[in-house]
Amino acid sequence: MTVQELPGAAAAYPAFTLRTDPAPLLPDTEPYRVLGLGTDSPLDPALMRRLYEGLVRGRRYNAQATALTKQGRLAVYPSSTGQEACEIAAALVLQEQDWLFPSYRDTLAAVARGLDPVEALTLLRGDWHTGYDPREHRIAPLCTPLATQLPHAVGLAHAARLAGDDVVALAMVGDGGTSEGDFHEALNFAAVWQAPVVFLVQNNGFAISVPLAKQTAAPSLAHKAVGYGMPGRLVDGNDAAAVHEVLGEAMRLARSGGGPTLVEAVTYRMEAHTNADDATRYRGDAEVEAWRAHDPVDLLERELTGRGLLDEETIRTVREGAETMAADLRARMNADPVLDPMELFAHVYAEQTSQLREQAAMLRDELEAGAGR
Amino acid sequence: MTAAATLAAKPATMAQALQRAMRDAMAEDARVHVLGEDVGTLGGVFRVTDGLAKEFGEDRCTDTPLAEAGILGTAVGMAMYGLRPVVEMQFDAFAYPAFEQLISHVAKMRNRTRGAMPLPIVVRVPYGGGIGGVEHHSDSSEAYYMATPGLKVVAPATVADAYGLLREAIDCDDPVVFLEPKRLYWSKADWSPHPVEPIGRAVVRRTGRSATLITYGPSVPVCLEAAEAAKEEGWDLEVVDLRSLVPFDDETVCASVRRTGRAVVVHESTGFGGPGGEIAARVTERCFHHLEAPVLRVAGFDIPYPPPMLERHHLPGVDRVLDAVARLQWEA
Ligand SMILES: Cc1ncc(C[n+]2csc(CCOP(=O)(O)OP(=O)(O)O)c2C)c(N)n1
Repeated sequence: MTVQELPGAAAAYPAFTLRTDPAPLLPDTEPYRVLGLGTDSPLDPALMRRLYEGLVRGRRYNAQATALTKQGRLAVYPSSTGQEACEIAAALVLQEQDWLFPSYRDTLAAVARGLDPVEALTLLRGDWHTGYDPREHRIAPLCTPLATQLPHAVGLAHAARLAGDDVVALAMVGDGGTSEGDFHEALNFAAVWQAPVVFLVQNNGFAISVPLAKQTAAPSLAHKAVGYGMPGRLVDGNDAAAVHEVLGEAMRLARSGGGPTLVEAVTYRMEAHTNADDATRYRGDAEVEAWRAHDPVDLLERELTGRGLLDEETIRTVREGAETMAADLRARMNADPVLDPMELFAHVYAEQTSQLREQAAMLRDELEAGAGR
Repeated sequence: MTAAATLAAKPATMAQALQRAMRDAMAEDARVHVLGEDVGTLGGVFRVTDGLAKEFGEDRCTDTPLAEAGILGTAVGMAMYGLRPVVEMQFDAFAYPAFEQLISHVAKMRNRTRGAMPLPIVVRVPYGGGIGGVEHHSDSSEAYYMATPGLKVVAPATVADAYGLLREAIDCDDPVVFLEPKRLYWSKADWSPHPVEPIGRAVVRRTGRSATLITYGPSVPVCLEAAEAAKEEGWDLEVVDLRSLVPFDDETVCASVRRTGRAVVVHESTGFGGPGGEIAARVTERCFHHLEAPVLRVAGFDIPYPPPMLERHHLPGVDRVLDAVARLQWEA
């Protein structure tokens, strides 16, 4: 008996068709770039000036925050030095009503969105976990458990869409975070619900010490989008103009009901993971130097100067502004925060349980006894 | 209960009362959304969400992709935007993938934002054994949740409480893990929807003078049965139904133990590291001079939940409760 003679073999194979055409979802095979190509495709001068100012101030902010760790004013600082193009572009593509979902490395994006840097750094100073009201700024708490903020962004965007509100959520995550289950679940939910979300992966080469090659076998992180049925975009993460353009398009798609996009921005973490890390244990200087030649601030400055969109005068003004910002931040962070230990019991529940009341009384007694001593 | 409510009482199961609680909450408040696996078209594997998608539409009662962290994680975002999500975890052991979201975000959001962003989320978990479920369908996971500040942990034992406590949980501005004893889903009572004692209050289900059985959820009916059987031995047992493990009602529990002078804590969860240890310690700390005997615990064995053909040996039953009562040093 041949296979064809088996009973039932003649029955038609149930129709199978692809549910979406994967071709339009595929990212380019090279990161999209705008700057340094020697072309004269038009750039919006006002936008470029805002990006430039943001990058210069962002670089100075990173340096200042790192310095504050050395002075014991911050418990820890995960710097986004080298990644300022992503941080600033992410903030600038947002409209007033949109939401940002940052990770611990993204205080700069929060500050660029308008958050007071002292409030943004509260977590890292250690006087409370979140230093601001997320709803007031539409900035979710800086998220430390990797990728867990991504489903929040999806749920919020979904809720906004159900309400008929014009709100897009932009969620930020690192390359290491893309290996987490929550990354997968968030992208899957977002695509199924066609939620107005943009996922920005900053592929900065490392998850603490682990390089991307040990993280994934995907052609690129942007390619993962295709598996969820959403477009993937690959962009040069040090090219502020390119990141802004790609994120802006993704935001417009989401806003117009076109669903989520996954953007992989290829960049590099110039500093160690945090001030507590020693990057020489896992990477060499040559690699760092190669990336220094592709620095996001220099890249933009060179291009804009070359095109006559930036003059010495403006550069000086912007740098002075950054110095003033840093001096102000330094001064304010040098003041000891006023802490009330009794606040430890204030926000666990809407109403304190009897157990928390008892424990609060105990601490109050201890504090009073201590003050009397 | 008002006279009118009593008059209108009809036989109902706990599952129906839970469904009614969600239905009434959804009708009253457009912010209430139900989401989970199979909760829409099917009405949930236990039919607790039966009819909700039909009545309120799939945007209000949503079949999600199959991913518990994703379900709870998106519920967090929905709550951040002002909705009041009611999440169904299909079974106790399948709530574990959502653990990180629950512990790191749901429980902590109010606190970490200094009260600015509370998350009014209810996580409904069909829990506990006694239904002949195969592996991973019978866990008593309350100790994990109880040990997490920021969560309220509630377990109804009666049809009226199933409705009343779930309504309260949905109205509550804090996240609530709502443990539904799945072997009581089909328990019946004459009932009409009405409010009950608030979350955080224990209730004396049966008054007695000899000893207090402290229990909750699926073990409440076991304790009531044990109390009836104990009459033969001459023991008049009081049964306290905790209803809520967090907040814990020290007052009602201790008042009872001070009256009776003896106590046994009864639950299905494992004894070692289980809720009974905390409860026994609290009672001892507060009622030491009223106690005639050490506080005893009747709990599930310290074993992974057994296969269905052996579960009856594991679950605390009437005899094991009575044996514990017998050990409460009556001879003195
Ligand atoms: C769930 C979880 N696991 C582990 C950690 C510890 N951790 C903090 S940052 C980090 C590396 C993350 O790398 P990546 O996602 O690439 O982001 P980057 O730090 O490079 O911005 C790790 C392992 C964590 N925060 N959360």
